[in-house]
Amino acid sequence: MAAHDSPTSTAGLRRPGRQVPLWLQGSSLLVSLLALLPVVFIVAISIQTGWNTVVQLVFRPRVAELLLNTSLLVILTVPLCTLLGVTLAWLTERSTLPARGCWRMLAVAPLAVPAFVHSYAWISLLPAFNGVSAAVLLSVIAYTPFIYLPVSAALRRMDPALEDSAASLGLTPLAVFRRVTLPQLKLAIWGGGLLVSLHLLAEYGLYAMLRFDTFTTAIFDQFQSSFNGPAANMLAGVLALCCLGLLWLEAGTRGNARYARLGSGSARQMTPARLGAWTVPALLLCLLSGVLSLGVPLITLGHWLWKGGIEAWQNDSLWPALQQTVLLGLLGAVLTVLAAVPLAWLSVRAVSRLQRLQESCNYITSALPGIVTALALVTITIHYARPLYQTIVTILLAYLLMFLPRALVSLRAGIAQAPAELEQAAGSLGSTPGQALRRVTLPLAAPGAAAGLAMVFLAISNELTATLLLAPNGTRTLATGFWAMTSEIDYMMAAPYALLMVLLSLPLTWLLHDHSKRSAGR
Amino acid sequence: MSRPFARITTTLLVSALFATTAHAAPSADGIVVYNAQHESLTKSWVEGFTKETGIKVTVRNGSDSEMGNQIVQEGAASPADVFLTENSPAMVLVDNAKLLAPLSPATTAQVDPAFRPAHGRWVGIAARSTVFVYNKNRLTPKELPKSMLDLAKPEWKGRWGAAPAGADFQAIVSALLEQKGEAATLAWLKAMKTNAQPYKGNSVVMKAVNASQIDGGVIYHYYYFGDQNKTGENSKNTALHYFKQQDPGAFVSISGGGVLASSKHKEEAQAFLKWITGKGGQNILRTENSFEYAVGQGAQSNPKLVPLKDLDAPKIDASRLNSRKTVELMTQAGLL
Repeated sequence: MAAHDSPTSTAGLRRPGRQVPLWLQGSSLLVSLLALLPVVFIVAISIQTGWNTVVQLVFRPRVAELLLNTSLLVILTVPLCTLLGVTLAWLTERSTLPARGCWRMLAVAPLAVPAFVHSYAWISLLPAFNGVSAAVLLSVIAYTPFIYLPVSAALRRMDPALEDSAASLGLTPLAVFRRVTLPQLKLAIWGGGLLVSLHLLAEYGLYAMLRFDTFTTAIFDQFQSSFNGPAANMLAGVLALCCLGLLWLEAGTRGNARYARLGSGSARQMTPARLGAWTVPALLLCLLSGVLSLGVPLITLGHWLWKGGIEAWQNDSLWPALQQTVLLGLLGAVLTVLAAVPLAWLSVRAVSRLQRLQESCNYITSALPGIVTALALVTITIHYARPLYQTIVTILLAYLLMFLPRALVSLRAGIAQAPAELEQAAGSLGSTPGQALRRVTLPLAAPGAAAGLAMVFLAISNELTATLLLAPNGTRTLATGFWAMTSEIDYMMAAPYALLMVLLSLPLTWLLHDHSKRSAGR
Repeated sequence: MSRPFARITTTLLVSALFATTAHAAPSADGIVVYNAQHESLTKSWVEGFTKETGIKVTVRNGSDSEMGNQIVQEGAASPADVFLTENSPAMVLVDNAKLLAPLSPATTAQVDPAFRPAHGRWVGIAARSTVFVYNKNRLTPKELPKSMLDLAKPEWKGRWGAAPAGADFQAIVSALLEQKGEAATLAWLKAMKTNAQPYKGNSVVMKAVNASQIDGGVIYHYYYFGDQNKTGENSKNTALHYFKQQDPGAFVSISGGGVLASSKHKEEAQAFLKWITGKGGQNILRTENSFEYAVGQGAQSNPKLVPLKDLDAPKIDASRLNSRKTVELMTQAGLL
């Protein structure tokens, strides 16, 4: 999700060849082919729909309106998120701001509140809150941590020697920040910005509640009115193109400059910049962002919980929803991590062009909004794989496709920590490569796997759109239950669902906070 | 260390799989209901039915046109045994695809002939009336529109709202289409695109009217009564205006119920429809908080409601309402 620090060490690189077990190659290829399903679906359905209908459905004023809304959202939100994220990161990592640890926690904390719970909190407080300004404000609140996390981690890892040299050559502190620090943050900002943009394109609940129409909300409206009709599919096609466009834009502008420090020894501790007279405004900024991003949800949630009292908890759909959420989350997480093992292992131990290609297949699909993947799977299973239709297998497959990279990132970091020499030793003692993987590498990679499990579990437990479309008959999760209640504007009965989702998300927030601390070597 | 890890993973997987299949899969003897009606109403029906007959019911919730189109695509292998809608167009869609089984005469006989098509492949299970909900502080009764069609006039620009993505509003449009034809309907929808604020859901429209964000909105009657019955916090500044005079805005929509021809539990499915159109089911409409009209022969609706016979609704053959054309026109007008 955030803080992608991919191990680029080539120490464990193994000569590609016969040593790579065939089943590993095969299963990773299978997963990657599955990942292509949504893209294939969109291409196939466009061909099947016929050019004239496609033109009719794509080139119409409504699509222009949605395109405008969606671009406006991205263009306004991403810079604001970046500004706020970088400022908060600099203040909490590099300045003499009092109680920095506390502000650090607070900057990550909004992640514990699912985006559609943010909008629930605001809309039940200010019913007239809607439109583009509301959408941008809440998006900034909900998604700034995606920029804050990688930027603060990069700031902590940075070697102060560069900045010192720049200063000694006569640059003012501001110029040092602009010409030395900021370029080193570029990768973190670009990565975080991409993540934020993709979330903006994929989010449904947040914007539906604020009455701000994006492609995702329009696809959902079409789905409600016509199931997987051609209009819904074509909107999904345009949305998928937007996502691919963003990926391409990020890859094209990211640049390939290297920012690693050279030479041996470890970096010196940074001396924090004195804030002086700026201390008070800085504190106020941190406080304001904390109040908006955490205060408002907690206060409104508390209000509705108090008003609903014990009765709201005696709702007999609540506990089964919790149970099903946990089950789906566990199954999905285990499955996703297992599916990620071959890919992760290959990406650390046997880098090849095929493996790179497979990895990008998975990244592209996970960049697609859940509604696109879900539409694809509904259509494919209903027509070509009926035994899987409306079964738990299909929804788990959707989760797998959507969240695989989250497992991959953690798992890869874990496997990189298990040196290849250990596997070779196991081999020399008579283990097959498969046995070596199971007995040596996997146990060592267990912490990475656990982190991946947690990430995927929590992504699943807050997932709304794919779950609404694909869940087996009679299934209700916390997210869909919460959505049903808020659609009826029954804010009181919705509150327990929201609270349970927040409680489930707390461990992830803690994990991310902790992870970014450790990746900086503290 | 490898062993415990593997063991924990396997145990988790296996136990989770068991638990989920036990949970999600409908039991062999029960029925699956595709439900587009309000969840709470269907829940009351299901509970009453299961209590009396012991037959288990698994409910999949969705909206009218979504599930109607879904059943059509599922075709003969649909997992659904029963389909319940909020409005008639989705029922017509499934019926036109020849996927409905004839209902038992005992069931159809229970329903007032005004609320069921003559062919007997589906019946009305409840009914709802179109209303114009308005803010009492912003509109006097004199300023109210005489007809729903007046809302297309320039003076209503930005002042009214509706939930165009919802099945309810789409049913109202399908009735307009049936009454006034394609050209007039498309013109009205295009004016609506300019004039109306779109909301997600009828209750949200009413809440916006109550909070003076708009002067009025086109919704169904029971949202008002439901809120008044609770705290009234989303309706205390509002009142209902019934268009009457057989206006398109006086449309009374029939919620339908049908048994699928592909059902493998036809007997139980028929029993379920018989139950909800019978005394037990219709009584729930009168006594509980759905505030929808009862449609059973001689069944009483909630006494708080304006009686159905006073609504002067347009006479529309529910079996002719066309959901696909409606969605097409609304897509064309840019509302979807």
